Amino acid sequence: MNNLLVFPLLIPLCTAAVLIFLKNNVAAQRWISALSMLATASASAALLMKVKAEGIQTLHMSGWLPPYGIVFTADMLAALLVLAATAVSAFCLIYSFGTVGADRERHYYYPFMQFLMVGVNGSFLTGDLFNLFVCFEVMLISSYALIVLGGTKKQLRETLKYMLINILSSTLFVAAVAYLYGAVGTLNMADLSVRVAEAGQGGVLNAIAVLFLIVFSLKAGLFLFFWLPGSYGVPPAAVAALFGGLLTKVGLYALIRTFTLIFYHEPQATHGWIGWMAGATMVLGALGAIAYADVQRILNYNVVISVGFLAFGLAAGSKDSLDGAVFYLLHDMLAKALLFLLGGMIVHLAGTNKLKEMGGLIKRYPAVGWMFFAAALAVAGIPPLSGFAGKLLLIRGGLQEREYELAAISLASSLIVLYSLIRLFMHAFWGDEKARPGREPVPALSIGMLASTACLTVLVIAVGLGSEWVYRFVAEAGDTLMNPAAYIDAVLKE
Amino acid sequence: MELYMSLAIGVIFTVGVYLILSKSLLRIILGTSLLTHGVHLLLLTMSRLKTGAAPLLGQKADAYVDPLPQALILTSIVISFGVTSFFFVLAYKAYQRLGTDDMERLRGKDDE
Repeated sequence: MNNLLVFPLLIPLCTAAVLIFLKNNVAAQRWISALSMLATASASAALLMKVKAEGIQTLHMSGWLPPYGIVFTADMLAALLVLAATAVSAFCLIYSFGTVGADRERHYYYPFMQFLMVGVNGSFLTGDLFNLFVCFEVMLISSYALIVLGGTKKQLRETLKYMLINILSSTLFVAAVAYLYGAVGTLNMADLSVRVAEAGQGGVLNAIAVLFLIVFSLKAGLFLFFWLPGSYGVPPAAVAALFGGLLTKVGLYALIRTFTLIFYHEPQATHGWIGWMAGATMVLGALGAIAYADVQRILNYNVVISVGFLAFGLAAGSKDSLDGAVFYLLHDMLAKALLFLLGGMIVHLAGTNKLKEMGGLIKRYPAVGWMFFAAALAVAGIPPLSGFAGKLLLIRGGLQEREYELAAISLASSLIVLYSLIRLFMHAFWGDEKARPGREPVPALSIGMLASTACLTVLVIAVGLGSEWVYRFVAEAGDTLMNPAAYIDAVLKE
Repeated sequence: MELYMSLAIGVIFTVGVYLILSKSLLRIILGTSLLTHGVHLLLLTMSRLKTGAAPLLGQKADAYVDPLPQALILTSIVISFGVTSFFFVLAYKAYQRLGTDDMERLRGKDDE
């Protein structure tokens, strides 16, 4: 029992409730939300240290013992992801000061951001399947509001599609929960794992597992990503970074949790599908990343590629590949958020999102250029930076499991990632400066933009250089994933 | 009884999917609400439709129906209610701004 577990939810929730009353006082909203992010980050860090020192932490809500009550569980994976998610949202928050516009800030932008954090952290920490559904909905409803806030034609159009897809996948989620409850009669994840093992996975339970695969793939953009490139392109950069950094990763976390804790008995039935979907996602994402010539599309298809890459780790399912997936997940949250923030800066500075119409930014903005270069190399997985260790572990795990085709596809996709981002870099920063009729000659960068991207860049480099130190945490997360009994013991026997 | 319920839910799902695949936005929203109806009935059905008293301890019955799915359905109903109302307002706003409710014409152009 440990009350520290609810603080990553409780702090943003209370902050959001307070911020609603400060509608017109933008300065107070900024201060309070920044302070609450700091508090959430310290609580998450404390939780991570606690998990490192004492093993898996659980909290039984109102003292009802599982499987009867709702239980919150923090194993190493959840604690790491909560900390990374909080860090990413904090930097997106700082970036949004002065970039999202006073109009949005007065219309509950900051409360929605806090509610999004509640949903994300809740999804990582919960130990109950229906509670996971509720946390997903908290996250999704805030994301609907954040994506449409501003109300331009493009936003309205893409939000319609985004909402429709998510309503559909949530409906399927409830149907999958209903089937699972009908089949085994419980909703607590640890208890589910025990009951599924007793009943023997196969037949009906395999069908339910595939239904869960479809649901979470829709949320994570694994193969069923057709909604993603359009809808992530319309909100302002800070929101897009939040989405690219967090939302698909929550779907991936749900996939990893479900298929390592509950449905791990017949890997040939489920993990084979995941492997196929991962390969197809990488190929299709790579095609998209090459095909388009505007900033948002390139970055959105890079999100898709990394989702495929992570799913490859889950499909291989060895200790190395799961370690690699966890490591890459952490890196990808930070690096993708950084890429989206820098992409937003490039669009702001160049006044356009078309590659052909921009150029020569490096002369006036060398810092932005080199940060983007570092971020591009990190995402591609160049050794001293953060993406390398995760990719190395993933591919080593894949080769050990004889997934040669998938390993080849993932290596090739890294090349495409590098190509697409360097192409963006060269078009935006090299060459001659293009005249921008009707715009101020030298657009300024706010301190918030520079500070948040600089901090994220430092973090990405630090994770790369300190891989050995990070790996100690990651390896422990991988151990729990490989060995569900530890999770079950922590939840059910206390 | 479960068989009839399953058949009815199947019909609701079919109609919902058919409506979602149509062009008009309003029909799509009706389709999503039908799907949520179907899925709530599915939750109820999957907990077995045994006869028993309503889950109130004051009834002092020998057997009660399963109370858990009812709580799940109640949660899911309010969530889908909130989402649907948001979706309706969004559709209204989109109709005002974009001047069409035809999904085929909402593909999007680059020059906006």
